[in-house]
Amino acid sequence: MPPQSTTPRSARSTSVPTEGETLRTDHHTVEVVSDSGEGAQTCGRIFGTVSARMGNGVWSVEIIPAEIEPPARTPAGASGNRIRLGSEEVTNWGDYSDLVVAFNEQVLLSRHRLGVLADDATILIEEMWAEDDDEEVREAWDAAMEELAQADYRIIRVPMEEECLEVVEDPRKGKNMFVLGLLAHLYERDTDLIEDAITRKFAHKADAITESNIALLHRGLDWAEENLPFRIEVPPTADEGEKVVMNGNQAVALGTVAAGFELASMYPITPASSISHYLGRIFEDYGGILHQAEDEIAAAGVALGASFSGKPAVTFTSGPGVALKTEFLGLAIMTETPLVLVDVQRGGPSTGLPTRVEQSDLLASLYGQPGDAPHVVIAPATIEDCFHAMVTARRIAETFRAVVMILSDANLGRGVQPFPRPEPEVAWQGSPPDQSAVPEDKPPYDWNERTGLSQRFVPGQAGGQFSATGLAHDEESVVAYDYDLNQHASEMRSRKLAVLQSTLTPPEVHGEDSGDLLVVGWGSTKGAIEEAVDRAREEGLSVSSLHLTFLSPLPPGLGEIFGRFDRVMTAEINYSDDPDAPYITEENRRRGQLATLLRSTTLVDVDSWSRVLTEPLRPMQVHGAIRDRLLDESRAATTGGNG
Amino acid sequence: MRTQGCSLLRRAQDQDRVLEMDDYEGPQARWCPGCGDHSILAATERLLKNEQIAPEETVVVSGIGCSGRFPHHIDTYGFHAIHGRALPVATGVKLHRPDLNVFAVMGDGDCISIGAGHWIHATRYNADMVAMMFDNHIYGLTKKQTSPTTPQGYATNTQPHGTYLPPMNPLTATLGVSNVSFVAQTAEWVPQHLNATLEAAHHHEGFSFVRILQRCPHYTSEMFLDAVRDPDRIELLVHPDGVEAGGGLSEIYEHRRRHDPSDLDFARRLAEKEGTDAERIRLGVYYRDESRPVYDRIRSVPRRSAEERVQTLEEELDRHAV
Repeated sequence: MPPQSTTPRSARSTSVPTEGETLRTDHHTVEVVSDSGEGAQTCGRIFGTVSARMGNGVWSVEIIPAEIEPPARTPAGASGNRIRLGSEEVTNWGDYSDLVVAFNEQVLLSRHRLGVLADDATILIEEMWAEDDDEEVREAWDAAMEELAQADYRIIRVPMEEECLEVVEDPRKGKNMFVLGLLAHLYERDTDLIEDAITRKFAHKADAITESNIALLHRGLDWAEENLPFRIEVPPTADEGEKVVMNGNQAVALGTVAAGFELASMYPITPASSISHYLGRIFEDYGGILHQAEDEIAAAGVALGASFSGKPAVTFTSGPGVALKTEFLGLAIMTETPLVLVDVQRGGPSTGLPTRVEQSDLLASLYGQPGDAPHVVIAPATIEDCFHAMVTARRIAETFRAVVMILSDANLGRGVQPFPRPEPEVAWQGSPPDQSAVPEDKPPYDWNERTGLSQRFVPGQAGGQFSATGLAHDEESVVAYDYDLNQHASEMRSRKLAVLQSTLTPPEVHGEDSGDLLVVGWGSTKGAIEEAVDRAREEGLSVSSLHLTFLSPLPPGLGEIFGRFDRVMTAEINYSDDPDAPYITEENRRRGQLATLLRSTTLVDVDSWSRVLTEPLRPMQVHGAIRDRLLDESRAATTGGNG
Repeated sequence: MRTQGCSLLRRAQDQDRVLEMDDYEGPQARWCPGCGDHSILAATERLLKNEQIAPEETVVVSGIGCSGRFPHHIDTYGFHAIHGRALPVATGVKLHRPDLNVFAVMGDGDCISIGAGHWIHATRYNADMVAMMFDNHIYGLTKKQTSPTTPQGYATNTQPHGTYLPPMNPLTATLGVSNVSFVAQTAEWVPQHLNATLEAAHHHEGFSFVRILQRCPHYTSEMFLDAVRDPDRIELLVHPDGVEAGGGLSEIYEHRRRHDPSDLDFARRLAEKEGTDAERIRLGVYYRDESRPVYDRIRSVPRRSAEERVQTLEEELDRHAV
């Protein structure tokens, strides 16, 4: 039985290259790590982009230190990129790294200690530190080598500094290009495409810089050809259709433009800020304004004011910022003013883990507003979804005069993946606000009794003057002193969600339509869950999965789908109690957040498996949980079936 | 003047339409009889009528408190928002629709206590709006709690042994903010002065902060009694670039000081003494500088058609093309 409560530590790579041969595999994960500022990230990014151009599936994640300028040669300072290459589309970051290039032994130690490397990973390491003038450095090298020897790594020493000195005077700037050359040889990358990427990267610098970087690239290629006795081939599958490559935060930024938003407001917060970095650069070219407010609250207020005055606006934030914006969300819901909020989730509660992955804002997003505050919550499952969610959100916000919260997370926000190029439509931009005069006696909340929908008046429209208010109000927006009105208005605000739900289709089951176990997920975990389900199905296990994009309202048909499986279990990146832990009973057990939601809405005994290891789910973890649920009979007895 | 650089929407579109006071009148106000808010409401309606500003091109944003009800009683667009947060909403309206006339209405607790951060930053943004701070030195709607401007020693429900701290001075605080462009003080019981001050604030391009001293007959009826009864307790700041003592004011108020509103140093010195017993209450424009950057103006960007935006987006997607 695979251990259920921790990340499996003993893991062998499925793809170890052998001496003198080219390893052919459909997946390989490589990472480049250096001290901050040595350029491992640039190296990784170019490698990932070029691989995507060559037709490989790619999923990249940044390895980032928590500090801006961490001390050199320390495990805490590891910075770089991890790139999973596939023959076909890669939907998640995978399990372990198969090959690592490290600029010093300390950053390598950090990766080793985090347990992210396969036990038999291949390691290319800068060897200069072994002979350093400083005795402390030599001792640190020796100690690290001893620690690393506990694993089964194949360690190859590379004279990076020495080789680079043949080309440039200061190898600290440019060692990354030498390393790119090593990888280009190992993975048989197209050199022209790499040179093209380097040329573009340094387009705004002197030509000499581009030239020396290309020279370093070739030095790496040549060294690898002479000295590395193996190669790795991840054959790309021919794939029609144009693709773009970007991370989820960039996709949100471009989706903001595609959806026709003209005002976006924010306050700096990790890991959402990079959305605003991108928009800050391009938004004015579209007639858009990016407003950095004095605080999170004001960012929501400015977006709400802008929305009130005509077109929906959007505000970007992360968990703690959502908490601060809560009162304004309530006001938007009460006044039925369209508003879109993007929450790039991080670890919580409180400051939590600002740079790390978690999906624990679900229940707070759904229920975190005091009072009854019906609104829409959607969660993109892929980087492509991050783009299109913006268009969907705006349309819903406007049609339903609603608040729409979009739950992205640090996994999507910083993951980089190629996806089919979006085809933006002029219609997505929406029309300018209607400024035609309002017929006499038409109230600002002319609720349709069946749907709760009403037409919005915007300033500038003659005859439409009204005062929106957070106080309970009637159709005229007059403060309600008649308390039946409150019942009626609450009904109207809630009804809109039911109407929206009636337009949704039941989600599609991945795998067979019925079986022993259904794994349900939401948000960024889709790729890892589906890969795990596929592995378990290959072993003959009767398991399928279901992924939810709409969390409020939930899509129709869930009860019926759940009923076709003996058991239903969510897989999530938030905290849940292990049912076997001390004091934990079926009554007091904290369950995964989606499980809590689904139990209350479907009355099905939904089980949950979740982890808060601050990283994206690995397929093997979910795979382990599936095996655990289906193969461990005693567990099957205690967690019960689907009544 | 405000007509410069403004959109077609600025004024009533129908040139033959003549707007009267009743075009702005909303439902009967529900403030207490004798509440100073009635007077400020009337002055605002008069300003809109005098300027012939169409009700539909006007947005009054308020926070929470007695003053928060203001937009319900005037027939313009309004947004009765949340406590302390009128200014971000008003900034959003103005940023998205610079063509609209925006008024932010706040109380003393609303603006300079719970909304203090927004007040400081709105002053610095200097977006083109009139910010009216109704200052009655007390929380009224929640029933007589100490506010930041309650005089030291004054007994309230939360500080029944007397308010502990000396009051905040909203004038010095505002005048201390970088990029401040307009600070005035007036009193609701001097309607001629209130009208003239709101007019000056409206004509100023930028963030016009107007502190309006306001009586609360229910909880602090004695607060401004001396000044209401005795014109000797008041000094008018007069200047052609600020507010003059017209409309019979010069006959009532003997104490008048010529103060050039472009003199920030002197404005700060005058404001510093505000509230000390020996000093008279000063009404007038403390400071005015039309040369400061105006946020909605410097952030205005040319509109793009939907087709242009999609075209530019395609070019941006090219940069990400695989």
